[in-house]
Amino acid sequence: MTYLLRRLAFYLVAAFVAITLNFFIPRAVPGNPAEIILSKYPDLTAQAYKALEQMIGGAVGTGSLWSQYLHYWNNVFHFNFGVDLANYPTPVSQIIDQAIPWTLILVGTATVIAFLVGTGLGILAGWRHGGWLDRSLPVWMFFQAAPYFFIALVLVDFFAIEHHWLPVGQGFNGEVTSPGWTWGFISNALEHSILPAFTIVLTSVAGWMLQMRNVMITTISEDYVIAAQAKGLSKGRTIFTYAARNALLPQLQGFGLALGFVVSGALIMEIVFSYPGIGYLLLEAVQNKDFPLMQAIFLVITFAVLVANLVVDLIIVFFDPRARTREAA
Amino acid sequence: MKSLANIWRNLPLKAKVGVGLLGFFILAAIIGPMVQPYDPSAQTPLTMSAPSAQHWFGTTQEGQDILSQVLTGIRLTLELAFAVGVIVTVVSVLVGVTSAFLGGIWDDVLSLITNVFLVLPPLPLLIVLLGYLSQQGQTPTIIVLSLLGWPWGARVIRAQTLAIRGRDFIDASRETGEKSWRIILFELIPNEISLIAASFVNTVLYAIGASVALAFVGLTNVNSWSLGTILFWAQTDSALQSAAWWWFVPAGLAVALIGTSLVLLNSGLDELGSPRLRATRGTAKVAGHRIWPTDPTPVLAVLQADRGRFGSFLYSFSRRSMLEGNAAGGDL
Repeated sequence: MTYLLRRLAFYLVAAFVAITLNFFIPRAVPGNPAEIILSKYPDLTAQAYKALEQMIGGAVGTGSLWSQYLHYWNNVFHFNFGVDLANYPTPVSQIIDQAIPWTLILVGTATVIAFLVGTGLGILAGWRHGGWLDRSLPVWMFFQAAPYFFIALVLVDFFAIEHHWLPVGQGFNGEVTSPGWTWGFISNALEHSILPAFTIVLTSVAGWMLQMRNVMITTISEDYVIAAQAKGLSKGRTIFTYAARNALLPQLQGFGLALGFVVSGALIMEIVFSYPGIGYLLLEAVQNKDFPLMQAIFLVITFAVLVANLVVDLIIVFFDPRARTREAA
Repeated sequence: MKSLANIWRNLPLKAKVGVGLLGFFILAAIIGPMVQPYDPSAQTPLTMSAPSAQHWFGTTQEGQDILSQVLTGIRLTLELAFAVGVIVTVVSVLVGVTSAFLGGIWDDVLSLITNVFLVLPPLPLLIVLLGYLSQQGQTPTIIVLSLLGWPWGARVIRAQTLAIRGRDFIDASRETGEKSWRIILFELIPNEISLIAASFVNTVLYAIGASVALAFVGLTNVNSWSLGTILFWAQTDSALQSAAWWWFVPAGLAVALIGTSLVLLNSGLDELGSPRLRATRGTAKVAGHRIWPTDPTPVLAVLQADRGRFGSFLYSFSRRSMLEGNAAGGDL
């Protein structure tokens, strides 16, 4: 229990750092972001400009830095991230609400698939150490080392442009269907998600596979695995209930740490496919110098990663009794 | 020279391939801009042409020569990656060693900072940081990537320092009155050199991936030629829709191969450190029956004694041969 409490405290500190960074970065960078915005969006009302200064700082002082900081915290607690500049005057939170389900469903599913497939292949490669699957590792590593979007572009070229088997991009076809809980929309969205999901799986499988293989190799030479073999237990039982089960823990811990990178990969994926999720929104915000939206998206992504990490910690505590007594990292 | 040759011989095959591949690209980065056939920015009327004798990699929509762009791009990308690699490695050694060596409150604070930066998602933070800057380019990218890159290395080096700090030879040199900085510099760091090298390679890999991704989404000076900006222009001018595969394949493949070479190098170095991970290919087949390392078969050694010429060549790559070399007072 103390382990979990300490982890929770750690994530709270991380969230505090993220919010504080979000407050200070626009105030610390050379140049004045508020003025950039004013020159880009000249017909901003005085009231909107004042709200903007509270979020990112500005030329006209609105109180001391400390009071600005407190005000900022107040806004964050009320999910008040200001109004979007590019789609004035829609609140930023509303725009983010629309984008989140796309990212969550697609990236979540693809990540879980990649984890399961990669771990499975890693178990086999580690067990048949030196076998053909093990020796095929460099090929998988190539897919991981290659820049994600390059693999994505090649696949789009082949599946969508040359052969027209799958759609090129976007989350759904706006000419055929519109969002809603209808079969037409869901099937259309599914069809649009196959290629993005496949590229995520293909590029992230290698990481899981390599780590699982390495841990498997050290695990299978443990005495208890040899004992299981000597007892004449079936191969499947030895592999899965004796070796893999114990090799899985470092894999789970890696899962928590890798989440940040999973999110990063997903950002690029959405940009390549013009997928209507958080990543694409972030790019649009950066290109439009839409700073309030940019800040809010960063916070949303960070909080999602922190919560996911906490969930992984819960799972680890559930599986590994040692974690309950270990000191928090 | 002899010891260098020995190190080379003892490297796993993976690492050798990695070194070779990386060497090729470093060479391309050094001599590339001298041998490039055209000015990479020069526009010619020959637009969107497929690879030919004049333009080996074809041309862009503006008629620029893609081979020249790639050659310049490799240099710029590697320059950036190695700069980030050096800065980040120095910072992570400083933080990691300080944290583990000083201990106490220093360790707590530095570890907390390290762990917080590890858990924050890197790419969104990079995008946000660069997004606020009014000017993007090579130097801002290097600074931002270095700012966010050090926690991985720092954490690993801290752990290793903690492990080494308790060893006898450190205690011994402290007893003889060595100063802390001397112990760190001459006793500690030399014992962590392989770890530091691995962390350097990892950082270079991270810098290449991140910088290419950032350039691809346009967060850099898109008028200079790096592997990422080539891909940016290919995407912007919809090379894909006009089926101009030659526009993005060379640059993408270059990034992929550089990345692969670094991954190979790293996992090769890893195996050098922990021989268990190495695939024992030479011992896999005995009397037509495949023997896996887990199978308890002590007769293996007898069967191995008689190897053919090719067999002993293969065997020289195996873990067992290295162990034997060691036992016989070998030179590892």
